[in-house]
Amino acid sequence: MQIKVVMAKLGLDIHWRGALVVSRMLRDEGMEVVYLGNQFPEQIVEAAIQEGADVIGLSTLGGNHLTLGPKVVKLAREKGVDALVIMGGVIPEDDIPLLKEAGIAEVFGPETKVESIATFIREHVGKTIG
Amino acid sequence: MNEASSYFEKKSDVILGKLLKEVENQTANSIEILRESSARKGTAHIVGITGPPGSGKSTLVNKLCKTLAKSGIEIGIVAVDPTSPFTKGALLGDRTRMQELSGLSNVFIKSLATRGNLGGLAPTTADIVQVLDAYGKELIIIETVGVGQIEFDVLEIADTVVLVNVPGLGDSLQTLKAGIMEIADIYVVNQADRPGADESVRDLKMMVREKLQENWEQPVLKTIATNNEGMIELIDQIQRHKEFLLHSNRWDEKRKTRNLTRLNHLMIQSLNNEVDSYIRRKQGIQIKIQQVKEGKLDPYTLSDHIVEQLIKKHGGM
Ligand code: B12
Ligand SMILES: Nc1nc2c(ncn2[C@@H]2O[C@H](COP(=O)(O)OP(=O)(O)OP(=O)(O)O)[C@@H](O)[C@H]2O)c(=O)[nH]1
Ligand SMILES: [Mg+2]
Repeated sequence: MQIKVVMAKLGLDIHWRGALVVSRMLRDEGMEVVYLGNQFPEQIVEAAIQEGADVIGLSTLGGNHLTLGPKVVKLAREKGVDALVIMGGVIPEDDIPLLKEAGIAEVFGPETKVESIATFIREHVGKTIG
Repeated sequence: MNEASSYFEKKSDVILGKLLKEVENQTANSIEILRESSARKGTAHIVGITGPPGSGKSTLVNKLCKTLAKSGIEIGIVAVDPTSPFTKGALLGDRTRMQELSGLSNVFIKSLATRGNLGGLAPTTADIVQVLDAYGKELIIIETVGVGQIEFDVLEIADTVVLVNVPGLGDSLQTLKAGIMEIADIYVVNQADRPGADESVRDLKMMVREKLQENWEQPVLKTIATNNEGMIELIDQIQRHKEFLLHSNRWDEKRKTRNLTRLNHLMIQSLNNEVDSYIRRKQGIQIKIQQVKEGKLDPYTLSDHIVEQLIKKHGGM
C-alpha cells in the first residue's frame, strides 16, 4: 500500500530547505508526501486526520523541538491518530532521549541519508502503539 | 463492516478521515462505505477548479473558501497533484497554499495523487467526493492537477467548472485550438496584476460568444488571488450557476448521468476482474495468450473466444 506522509515545518522555524529536500527524497522513494509548510501542532494533527497520514514528519532547526514536538504526539494520540511521528533537523544529542520518551519514533540530524529515513519508515509504519 | 451506516451518523472529522483513507486505498472495506454513501449523497454543490500548472488554482481555492467559510457552510476540498510515473511517489503541494484554512472546523481538505490516472484527477476522486457529499458537506471543491489540453475528467464529476487562466496563455491562437478552453462554466483570468490581463479577458469573451451554452453565458472574470481581489464576484457567479442548474433541471440531470456513469465504470471494473481471474485459471487460454504475444495468433480471434467462453460459463445470454 502507498505510504502517505504529512510533512511540516514545526512552528515558525524559517529553515525550509531540509523539509523540502526530505519531502522530495521520500517522493522519489515512492511515497506520497503532503507538504504543509509552517504549522503548529494543532494544525499538523488536523491535517494528519484529514489526509489519513501514515507518517507525520516534523522538521525543525529553530530550537523548538522540545516545546512543540511532544505536543504533536500527545494531540495525535488523543484524537486516535496512530501515525508514526518522526523528526529531523538540528537537534542536540542530549534532547533525543526526551523526544523519544515523548513518543517521537526517531530523530534524524544533518547529513542524514535518504535511504535511512525511507528504510526506517518502511520498517516502522503501521506498528505504532497508541 | 456493517457499522458503515453508524459512521455516517456520527459526524466527526476523525471518522471521516478514516473512511476516506479506506476509499483512497480501495481497501475491501471501501465497498461498504461507498454503498452506504451512495444512498446518502446528492445535496452538495460540486465545483471543479481547473487550469494550467501554476495558474493560481490553490491560492484561489484558499481565498474563496476563506470567505465562504465565514457563513458557516460545510466545505470539502479535494486537491489533486500528479504522481511521478517513474517512482510512483508524489509531492502534494496544494495544501501548502491553503494554510489560511487550517483551524477552520467547517473546512475539510483531502489531498490525492493521480496514481497513474491521465484525466487530471485521481482514480478515486469521484468516490472521495461521494463520501464527502454523504457526510454532509454542502460545497465540495475539486482542484485538478495543472492541466494541458486533454484532461476532462472533472467534467464528469463537477456541477460547475471554473477554468483558471493567466494573462498571455489566452492569446488568440491558443484559445481557438485548445479543447480544454471550451469546457468551463466560468472563466477566470487570475494573476491579473501581470501584464496582458485585459487582452486575455477580451480573447476569452470572444471565444465564449462563439461557444455560448444554452441559457448560460459563461462569465469571464479577472482576479488577483494573492491580494484577495475578485473573490466576491467569483463567489457570486458560482452561486448564480448553481441556481441556473437548479432552475433548469440540469442539477438533477447531471446527477442521473453521474449515476449511470458510475454504473458503467463499476461494470467494466467487475468484468475486468472476472476476465482476469477466468483466464488465469485456464491453462488452454494461457497457451493461446502466449501465441498472441509471439505474434502467431491474432488478438481479435482470441479476445472473441475468451468472451464467448465466459458468457457460456455463466449460462449464456
Ligand atoms: C541555511 C541556514 C539558514 C538560512 C535558511 C534558509 C532556508 N530558508 O532554509 C537562513 C540564513 C535564513 C537562516 C536563518 C537563521 N538561522 Co540558520 N542555518 C542555516 C544552515 C547554515 C544550513 C541549514 C540547511 O539548509 N541545511 C541543509 C538541509 C538540507 O539540511 P537540514 O535542514 O539539516 O536537513 C537534513 C536533516 O536535518 C534531516 N531533516 C531535516 N528535516 C527533517 C524532517 C524529517 C521528518 C526527517 C526525517 C529528516 C529531516 O534530513 C535533511 C537531509 O539530510 C544551518 C547550519 C547547519 N549546518 O545546519 C544554520 C542553523 C540551522 N541556523 C541557526 C540559527 C540560529 C539561525 C537564526 C536564528 C540566526 C539568527 N540569529 O538570525 C535564523 C533563524 C530564524 C528563524 N525564525 O528560524 C542555527 C540553529 C541553532 C539551533 N537550533 O540550536 C544553525 C544550526 C547554525 C548554528 N550552528 O548556529 N539559517
Ligand atoms: N502575481 C500573482 N501571483 C499569483 C496570483 N495567484 C497565485 N499566484 C502565485 O502563483 C504561484 C502558483 O500558485 P498556485 O496557487 O500554487 O498555483 P496552482 O495552479 O495551484 O499550481 P499547481 O497546483 O501546481 O498546478 C504561487 O507562487 C502564487 O503565489 C496572482 O493573482 N498574482
Ligand atoms: Mg495547486
